Amino acid sequence: MLNPDLKLNTKLFDNNAESKPTRVGFGEALLELGEKNPNVVALCADLTESTCNHLFAKAYPDRFFQVGVAEQNLAAIAAGLGVSGKIPFISSYAVFSPGKSWETVRTTIVYNNANVKIAGHHAGIITGPDGVTHQATEDISSIRSWPGIKILVPCDSIEAKKATVKAGEIEGPVYLRFSREKTPIMTTDNTPFELNKIQIFWITKNPVATIFATGHMLYHALIAAKELEKEKINVLVANVSAIKPLDEKTIFSLAKKSKAFVSVEDHQVIGGLGSAIAESCAKNLPVPMEFVGLQDTFAESGTSSELIEKYKMGKNDIKTAVKKVIIRK
Amino acid sequence: MKTLNNNSQELTLKKLKDLKLKANKIRQLIIESLFEAGSGHPGGSLGMADIFASLYFYVLNHNPKKPNWENRDRLVLSNGHICPAQYVAMALAGYFPLKELKTLRKVGSRLQGHPHRTTISGIETTSGPLGEGLSQAIGIALAGNLDKRNYYTYCLTSDGEHEEGNIWEAVMFAAKNKLNKLIQIIDRNYIQIDGNTENVMPLDSLEKKYEAFNWNVLRINGNNIEEVIEAIAKAKEEKDKPTIIIAKTILGKGVSFMENNPAWHGKAPNKEDAEKALEELRIEREKLT
Repeated sequence: MLNPDLKLNTKLFDNNAESKPTRVGFGEALLELGEKNPNVVALCADLTESTCNHLFAKAYPDRFFQVGVAEQNLAAIAAGLGVSGKIPFISSYAVFSPGKSWETVRTTIVYNNANVKIAGHHAGIITGPDGVTHQATEDISSIRSWPGIKILVPCDSIEAKKATVKAGEIEGPVYLRFSREKTPIMTTDNTPFELNKIQIFWITKNPVATIFATGHMLYHALIAAKELEKEKINVLVANVSAIKPLDEKTIFSLAKKSKAFVSVEDHQVIGGLGSAIAESCAKNLPVPMEFVGLQDTFAESGTSSELIEKYKMGKNDIKTAVKKVIIRK
Repeated sequence: MKTLNNNSQELTLKKLKDLKLKANKIRQLIIESLFEAGSGHPGGSLGMADIFASLYFYVLNHNPKKPNWENRDRLVLSNGHICPAQYVAMALAGYFPLKELKTLRKVGSRLQGHPHRTTISGIETTSGPLGEGLSQAIGIALAGNLDKRNYYTYCLTSDGEHEEGNIWEAVMFAAKNKLNKLIQIIDRNYIQIDGNTENVMPLDSLEKKYEAFNWNVLRINGNNIEEVIEAIAKAKEEKDKPTIIIAKTILGKGVSFMENNPAWHGKAPNKEDAEKALEELRIEREKLT
């Protein structure tokens, strides 16, 4: 059942459940941060509206900087602002920032410890019809090894707003991952958000496995858990909103409790959420694990639901992974 | 000689002589530090010694005892590999003890092979990978405008790094935003690792390029301290545009066997080289005094 302590959206399994893109929550938070703190500035590389910077840009034109199609400049100008007492948020599609600007972000923001927040938009295959060139599916793996970077992947628009506000309040480089498509709202305004804390969204007595999901994939994981329950397979579903730093304490306790893991992410299975959990697990208490995500392949154009199905990342694939992993216990 | 006013300080003959001696001292300490380190980049460091002397001992509004003073002028070194010149100038100015120069590039040192902001106060940005400094200087200048501060942001770049696309992204942005308190000084020595810039990737005419990009363009001999100081004073009169000072310099300036020789871009002197270089610099120093 849904964890009542988290005050989640009880209508989330309804056919007409509310959905919104996570980028919308980002835009709302940016505006709110702008009101609260005059040091918050925003920079964008010719994608103001699709990255939801337009509300901030309109309200605070003096604190919004249009850099044009130039992602290295986007990163390094923000670094200069960030070392000068400002709190810059930079936005582009994640494939371009931090993708195209990888080394610039590494040197001028992360190693330089500039107080910059990197908003990577259009993440995952659910970016859809634009195709592989615009679907960021290696963003987490390509930056996760940077010392000091924090990586936040909100599960829905409401959590996206909370995570963005939090990112603006803490010191240092943060990467925030957002998606373009509307995705189901699973949390509510009253759901507690704690930085770097794994939350159990689906609870059960005597779980046989834990499904760890990040971003919008959490929805598919919850549906899978609900359906597995009917088959008398009881699992936990954990929302991993922070890939780095990872809540290793909770992972350890879930390994002890459920003794089998499945990871679910809209990202390559190499180097993403699953890898991060497996690393932690191998160090502390190894348990069998299955990985749901993009299996070392590029996707293609299509609608998000077609792609989720074709690339075996939907609820049925998650259920299969659970059944597979519990046999390995 | 012309007299220039800067921070109510007149460039007198005495001061000019002092700056030339400082540049000579910077060169001497660059050689000693690089010999001690066993690796590093003497060519560009020596070539820019006159500019570093001018900045740290005349131009910059700074206080080495308060390196984080909010109204300080900012100096961003984009081509981080010539940091020995900056470290030496900073030590001479009093940012840290001179003896620390012996730790350059060694384990546990604050003086990293390429400059790192968080290890030492007075270094404004982390640099080394080329083409990134001008953008960071822009960010610092923008913050100054937002906070209504009057500091100037100086950015030192190399000619070779103008082959990086990031530089031109920054050039467009600075002109668009009329960052008149941003002053770039480019080390135009025509030499990069693989040889002459015009063979590797032609950059001339930089003047015309920058004029087309709507910058205020000044051209000087970067090894002439008077010209450096005069150009910066002129740059400060500009109200609408960022300024680039194209400073023609000689790679390895002051050490005859290193001058204009690409081999000395990134090779430290051995004991014999260092002794020869220091002797030349000693003779030059005697001529100055």
